[in-house]
Amino acid sequence: MPIESPQLERPQSQKRLLRLKLNGRWREDAVAENQLLVDYLRDVAALTGVKTGCDGGECGACTVLIDDEAVPSCITLAARCDGRAIETIEGLARQGRPTRLQRAFHEKLGAQCGFCTPGMIMAAEGLLRRNPHPTEADVRTALSGNLCRCTGYVKIIESVLVAAETAP
Amino acid sequence: MSGLLPDIRIVRPSDVAAAIAAREQHPQSRFIAGGTDLLVNMRHGLIAPQSLIDISRIDELTTIEMGAAGLRVGSGVTVAALARHPAIARDYRAISQAANAIAGPGHRAMGTVGGNLCLDTRCLFYNQSEWWRQANGFCLKRDGEICHVAPQGKRCHAAFTGDLAPAFLALGAEVEIAGKQGRRRIPLGDIYVEDGLAHLAIAEDDLIVAVHLPPTAAASAYAKVRLRGAVDYPLAGVAVALGVRGDSVASIRIALTGTNSRPFVLGGTDALIGRPLSERSLQQIEQLVQKQARPMRTTIASAHYRRLAAAASARRITAALYAEQSG
Repeated sequence: MPIESPQLERPQSQKRLLRLKLNGRWREDAVAENQLLVDYLRDVAALTGVKTGCDGGECGACTVLIDDEAVPSCITLAARCDGRAIETIEGLARQGRPTRLQRAFHEKLGAQCGFCTPGMIMAAEGLLRRNPHPTEADVRTALSGNLCRCTGYVKIIESVLVAAETAP
Repeated sequence: MSGLLPDIRIVRPSDVAAAIAAREQHPQSRFIAGGTDLLVNMRHGLIAPQSLIDISRIDELTTIEMGAAGLRVGSGVTVAALARHPAIARDYRAISQAANAIAGPGHRAMGTVGGNLCLDTRCLFYNQSEWWRQANGFCLKRDGEICHVAPQGKRCHAAFTGDLAPAFLALGAEVEIAGKQGRRRIPLGDIYVEDGLAHLAIAEDDLIVAVHLPPTAAASAYAKVRLRGAVDYPLAGVAVALGVRGDSVASIRIALTGTNSRPFVLGGTDALIGRPLSERSLQQIEQLVQKQARPMRTTIASAHYRRLAAAASARRITAALYAEQSG
């Protein structure tokens, strides 16, 4: 039930042409200025690997890479990502072949119910690009903004460390 | 959360003067940099700006300069950039520690120094969705008439929870503010007042441009008390800057966050200067914190716990800083 509040004259959100590089390809879309990046990715770009968890920047399920930096897309406005490179879980595999990090999650049982997994992997991907040989403490810090409700943290951290150890 | 963002217009000024002008031109506008707190508050219906002035691409705001005159940190520097700056970690450790303690890595990558200094005050009864607050009859800070924390009182007790402010305060920071009348520099402490409803004493169209820190010989540290090791806001946060000459305390400044509606410098610590830091000095520090910290039931942890935790943290880090320097 919407709450009645004094009616203010609000400006209509204009649509703006958004040009960004999504999983390696430049694309343009008209987006409303109040559209969140997570909604743009899921509803416009149909990248539903990006999950909406808490929907308030607290759980990390919606984590994507913006210019190689892992950030929550549910507290990011799509219109402010103009000119940036966005990567989601869908952008990692090449010709259907999972990356080393994805394989490590698979082999080390880093995924349980799987809902936090795309966010976990993108947060870990951001870390490994910056620091290819992280310590366990580095991994824990990098994933500290991502919640796993199955509480499978030990296996998740192990997965990231295994991916880093097997890096060439 | 409760639904979509209201309709907004985003304005993108290219420099500080244009940002101030845009703020004036657009009624009910807000500056947005990282947006990590602003967007959440908008979706909770706590604020309803019509326009957002995007200051994230103003170059002047994003630089860190360090020299003989001290340190200048642009207000648009991200918390992550501040946290990983090696010279700041060496000379102004409390700043690094506070930056590293803010929220999670994703928030630090987006959130900025200015945003953290101007963070809205928080309360258990305020930072909730619109339907939650409606079911509870709203509150004094937004849409309602009574404060659920202190129903007899007339003021809002929401607590300031920025982590950077105490670190900057302990190290004697000044803020450079741009406004309609040009620029000015004032002590950081002067921008805060003890009122949860309106804790910032600067005009709405004032923009913090940078924070200045003098060179310092004091060692500093920040300690944060929170429920979980990441993401959470502080239940209490304490920063200490302690200078030692020989075995005597040469300077000491302690600042707190999370306990009151503003971050503040602890009064009465000058009495500890000029003599070695004894057990009695540490007890005095604990007493000062317990007297001046005024936590209210704005978090799920009790106010009593937060007062004790603030006092214990102040004692612990002061003792550690003294031990480190008195050899």
